[in-house]
Amino acid sequence: MRRVISIIILLIIAGGLILAFSQIPFGKNKINVANYYIKKGIEETGAVNIITSVVLNYRGFDTLGEVTVLFIAAIGLGAVLFVERKVQRKVSSNKEDKIKKASLILRTGTQLLFPLILLFSTYIFVHGHLTPGGGFQGGAIFASAFLLMYLVFPKQSINKKSSSVAESLGGLIFVGIGLLGLIFSGHFLANFLPKGVPRTIFSAGIIPIIYIAIGFKVGFEITVIIDNLLERSK
Amino acid sequence: MIFQLILILIMIILAIAASLFKDLINAVVTCAGVSLITSILFYFLQAPDVAMAEAAIGAGLITAILIIAIKKTERYEK
Repeated sequence: MRRVISIIILLIIAGGLILAFSQIPFGKNKINVANYYIKKGIEETGAVNIITSVVLNYRGFDTLGEVTVLFIAAIGLGAVLFVERKVQRKVSSNKEDKIKKASLILRTGTQLLFPLILLFSTYIFVHGHLTPGGGFQGGAIFASAFLLMYLVFPKQSINKKSSSVAESLGGLIFVGIGLLGLIFSGHFLANFLPKGVPRTIFSAGIIPIIYIAIGFKVGFEITVIIDNLLERSK
Repeated sequence: MIFQLILILIMIILAIAASLFKDLINAVVTCAGVSLITSILFYFLQAPDVAMAEAAIGAGLITAILIIAIKKTERYEK
């Protein structure tokens, strides 16, 4: 009986999908909105990088959702690992002396590269409206710098309180700027700041500010995830 | 064009190898290779933003997280 019902439901879903897909003409470009972005994007948002103008201006609300998904993932992981860590802490307190030191080449190279990687990630998320890249990419590179440090100095860890404060500040700035847009321009995440001259760093209104906030938020989020996982694996 | 075809071939070989390896560390490293080639292909398809994200997250961070997980559990597939 259950099998029959599930087959009927599947057939209904398949019929609906076939009906929906038969409406789409094959091989024709039905999406006219792309041309609009390419023609009007720079003029309307001030961001030279059209992808950024779509991600943070036309589809800014979706980006807020993306950031929220990452935030929830980090919280869930932290919660799961925190419960197990409480049990484990007593057992593995004398185990930590066994960790080997990293080799000289790795240590020196990482110490040299760490500030440069941080600088590069900052460059990427500050210039998100001018060059390829943005908050998510810059944040991932930011976290990879900390990952290198964790590989070389496994006993040390970042200050969790300040990193979670920075993470929360990033999210607060994003939502706060959205609410300011609601106050000044009547739409959530509206671009209420002056757009400036395109192709200069102080242009595109709220986009660089939001991207800097997202960069720090994503970077610290992924760093905290790695920190939680590594602490668990000792 | 030929260069891209070679890259796609290498990617397919790496993906098959990743599913065949019994040593999970090897599987993770070949997965990182797939991500790296994907990011190069994204760059050729004129999507540098996606290429950057793929290189940083797919080839860098996910590899590290999976290796931490393997270190915590078992290295060889039974």
